[in-house]
Amino acid sequence: MIEYALTFAFGCFGLGLLCNLYRIFRAPSVVDRVLALDTMVINIIALLVLYGISSHSGVYFEAALLFAMTGFVSTVAYCKFILRGDIIE
Amino acid sequence: MDLAIEIVISVLLVAAGVFGLVGSIGLLKLPDTMTRLHAPTKATTLGVGGALIASMLYFWLLRDTLSWHELLITMFLLLTAPITANLIAKAYLHRFRADEVMPPTGTDRDWATFEDEAAVMQPMVTSTTPIAPNDP
Repeated sequence: MIEYALTFAFGCFGLGLLCNLYRIFRAPSVVDRVLALDTMVINIIALLVLYGISSHSGVYFEAALLFAMTGFVSTVAYCKFILRGDIIE
Repeated sequence: MDLAIEIVISVLLVAAGVFGLVGSIGLLKLPDTMTRLHAPTKATTLGVGGALIASMLYFWLLRDTLSWHELLITMFLLLTAPITANLIAKAYLHRFRADEVMPPTGTDRDWATFEDEAAVMQPMVTSTTPIAPNDP
């Protein structure tokens, strides 16, 4: 049963990634693109966790943690760049 | 007993998938940026949280290895999601100030990031006039 639920969740997050990709290519403003990138990172974290369950391995949690940290820092850097035109002043 | 555990984990996984998909569809479907900000920050946090709790239960109850990484990731995501949402909203507001397409605040005050105290504390344009020396 868990395998079916995993397949369903994989499909959902994969579709979500496609939605985010569409939003990155066609967006009304640059802020929407930053938002889509942030959502993409979160979806990829979910995919990594699901892959860790399906392969019975705990290695992928470190990867998910690294993705969470770099995703947060990159979103903050994008926003700082839009706000101030500079990242580290 | 194993069947009950499997049912709980499967329900968590399906709920996580639905929440993640709803968040990403909301990113496409909602009308403007401030409402679009709402969808992923709430829904994908719930989605990733559900997947992480499902993974923790799976490794704990069915594999007999309790790992705390999942809680760490959940805590980190819950801490950083409001910060990124706040920064994205602020970037949007400051970027579209000149175009006069601001969404209404709902009150008679302006957005807090444009009020005087905030403007003094975080000036958007670096002042080029030198600070006057306070000679007696």
